[in-house]
Amino acid sequence: MARAPASPAPRRQRLVLAGLALVAVIGAGLIAIPALEKEATFFYAPSDLARNPPAPGARIRLGGLVKEGSVTREDDGLTLAFTVTDGARETPVRYTGIVPDLFREGQGVVATGRLGPGGFAAEQLLAKHDENYMPPEVAKGLARAGTTGAAGPLHETRTLAE
Amino acid sequence: MSPLLPSLAELGHLALWMAAGAALVMAAAPLRPALVGLARPAAIAHGLLLIAAFAAMSHAFLVSDFSVSLVATNSHTAKPLLYKLTGVWANHEGSMLLWVLILGVAGLGVALSRMPLGETFRARALGSLGIVALGFLAFLLFASNPFERLDPAPPEGLGLNPLLQDPGLAFHPPTLYVGYVGLVVAFALAVAALLDGKVGPAWARATRPWVTLAWAFLTMGIALGSWWAYYELGWGGWWFWDPVENAALMPWLAATALLHSIRVLETRDALRNWTLMLAIAGFTLSMLGTFIVRSGLLTSVHAFAVDPTRGLFLLLLLLGLTGWALLVWALRAPKVAEGARFAMTSREGFLVVNNLLMMALLAIVFIGTLYPMALEAWNGRQISVGPPYFNATTVPLIVLLAVLMGLAPFLAWKRGTTTGLSRRLLIPGIAATAAAAAALALLGVSGLLALLGFAAAAWLGIASLQLLLRRGLTFVRAGTALAHLGVAVTILGATASGALQREALVSLPVGDGFEVAGFTVTLEEVAPRAGPNWTALEATLAVGRNGAPVTTLRPQARTYTSPPMETTEAGIAMWRAGDLYAVLGKPDGSGRWQIHFWVKPLIHFIWWGALLMAAGAAVALGGTFRVTALARRRRTAPAPGPAPLPLPAE
Repeated sequence: MARAPASPAPRRQRLVLAGLALVAVIGAGLIAIPALEKEATFFYAPSDLARNPPAPGARIRLGGLVKEGSVTREDDGLTLAFTVTDGARETPVRYTGIVPDLFREGQGVVATGRLGPGGFAAEQLLAKHDENYMPPEVAKGLARAGTTGAAGPLHETRTLAE
Repeated sequence: MSPLLPSLAELGHLALWMAAGAALVMAAAPLRPALVGLARPAAIAHGLLLIAAFAAMSHAFLVSDFSVSLVATNSHTAKPLLYKLTGVWANHEGSMLLWVLILGVAGLGVALSRMPLGETFRARALGSLGIVALGFLAFLLFASNPFERLDPAPPEGLGLNPLLQDPGLAFHPPTLYVGYVGLVVAFALAVAALLDGKVGPAWARATRPWVTLAWAFLTMGIALGSWWAYYELGWGGWWFWDPVENAALMPWLAATALLHSIRVLETRDALRNWTLMLAIAGFTLSMLGTFIVRSGLLTSVHAFAVDPTRGLFLLLLLLGLTGWALLVWALRAPKVAEGARFAMTSREGFLVVNNLLMMALLAIVFIGTLYPMALEAWNGRQISVGPPYFNATTVPLIVLLAVLMGLAPFLAWKRGTTTGLSRRLLIPGIAATAAAAAALALLGVSGLLALLGFAAAAWLGIASLQLLLRRGLTFVRAGTALAHLGVAVTILGATASGALQREALVSLPVGDGFEVAGFTVTLEEVAPRAGPNWTALEATLAVGRNGAPVTTLRPQARTYTSPPMETTEAGIAMWRAGDLYAVLGKPDGSGRWQIHFWVKPLIHFIWWGALLMAAGAAVALGGTFRVTALARRRRTAPAPGPAPLPLPAE
């Protein structure tokens, strides 16, 4: 931003402005791209996890259907264990917190969290928003595994921030 | 109504077609000098016809005319009157109808306001508005006709999504649309200026009110949406970096940059092409926002239309309109003469830096919002980009912006005279240091970004108050000071509600209690409740502090009947400028109840700050109208007139 007090020729000031705009956009790109690589979360269906497992400890989104009869609550009354299935494979999931309005057995769910030795630890749950809908990612994940579903709005809840 | 007469809905449909005809005339008028005179009457007819079409649709909703398909699928006779009316735009077709209505009214404004730049210029601006209107009317008439009829008419409607039956949300779309349309008008004026080649202070004076208006309404629209999401969705947050939120944030960032650069153009005749480029960017991003929200491309409560042909039509419309906008700019911008020069330490220089930071923020939000879609289209990988990305990238830039915002209004135009500046900035500097120190020592805040947030809010807030108290206050400066103060207040609310938030997640039987952040919370009762179209389980939470009762929270787990849907109603009570916020989980048959309880200090500052920003814009706008009125009075006043009346000789 340093500039001689003597004003430059008009044409140069226009060029300088254009150059600065370019610097701003490139700078934004330089901030954005590493952050994107670090923070973007990839979506996996249980079959994808088996085929192409994520890096250990990476934050991912796991989606599929909540398996019928798989939901159990632990003694603290807050932690939920259930199984996510895409029809071909299954992944056990644990989540501590209030579940979204439309979290139900046999329905679509997307869990954000990390894959550990004992299964998937979810920090956040998204469930479908009304009776006719399913998150599109889940529908595509199911389609890859050979099951079907429809797309639509979501509802989510999170566990404690700490 | 007599069966011989066409129904009001048919007349509304006809009005929509006639409005499309008027828009065609508007678009054609600037092409031939002989037709220029048609632009104003066509724009007036266009505006009135759209008002008529919208009135017909509102009537159909108010009297529950279920022969109109849109009413049958989105309304219900048992719905409260207010939500029958707001139901007009709480659906895909109706919201697009509202969009063109506001565009029509804006066209009326351009046609009827004073235009010092001449009738050819006005016709060119109305021509651009006509082209945009034609595109959207074609979309309405061919791809999503709001007046489609059902024969036979069903006896009852399907009802409105209960999440949308809410005052905060009822007025969120109209507010946001006024903002979008204001940017469309700024764009139309920019195209006219490019065609005329006359870009200067006179053009900036004519355009700035529209930009200010658009900015104020975008600010309020975004704030209303955020407030609604906070208290209605029951997720405990106020901004989720959801693509639909970003779709409104991006035009706001462009409008903010434009608002500042147009001031430079008006005062100093500099940044000509730059300002035009921002006007075009604002329009393009408004179109992109409308596309993202309305195409059903994204999953959110906003995605009404999950019809791929509509999405394709909107995409083609978006590409056509933005392609045209960029083409006009590329062809005509080189012909615009260079504006005045300035030193980088002048106020213009700092406004340029503001613009660059806004542009960087815009690019970051743009990349984060569109990258997942682009990646999926490219190789089918599904990713999600959420708050961790956006917070890490935008918060440092916002802090930097706040520092410069406190400084810039004290700088002189054109040449950098920094004398007296350090004295003026001493108090804000001390306040910022004190705020960060107090947050660290007294409140136990340790995060670097949070400390910077407190410091930035104190710095900007005190500097803006100083600006307000300085001698020689003008409307524009008072507006600037209020809006900047609003930004400081919002930063304080966002920082405090995040850094000082405390929460508890418990499962407990009726009669038990828990403690969080000095509050004692007791679950007194869980009982069924019933409303007009819902039933619920309601928990009664008695909240106390230091042995004295503070408030009672009543969170609910609600079930609506038409359409059937379960929702979470958070129990919220204001405490000082913050909130106590509780959510009840569904029964699990164990006899215990899950409660998620938050203490959110100062969270109301977030929305109060937005109100201050909009108030600042209103004050600046008031100044514009006062100046215009003065100029008019001066022209028509007889006293100092150049040709004095002949007086009778004495």
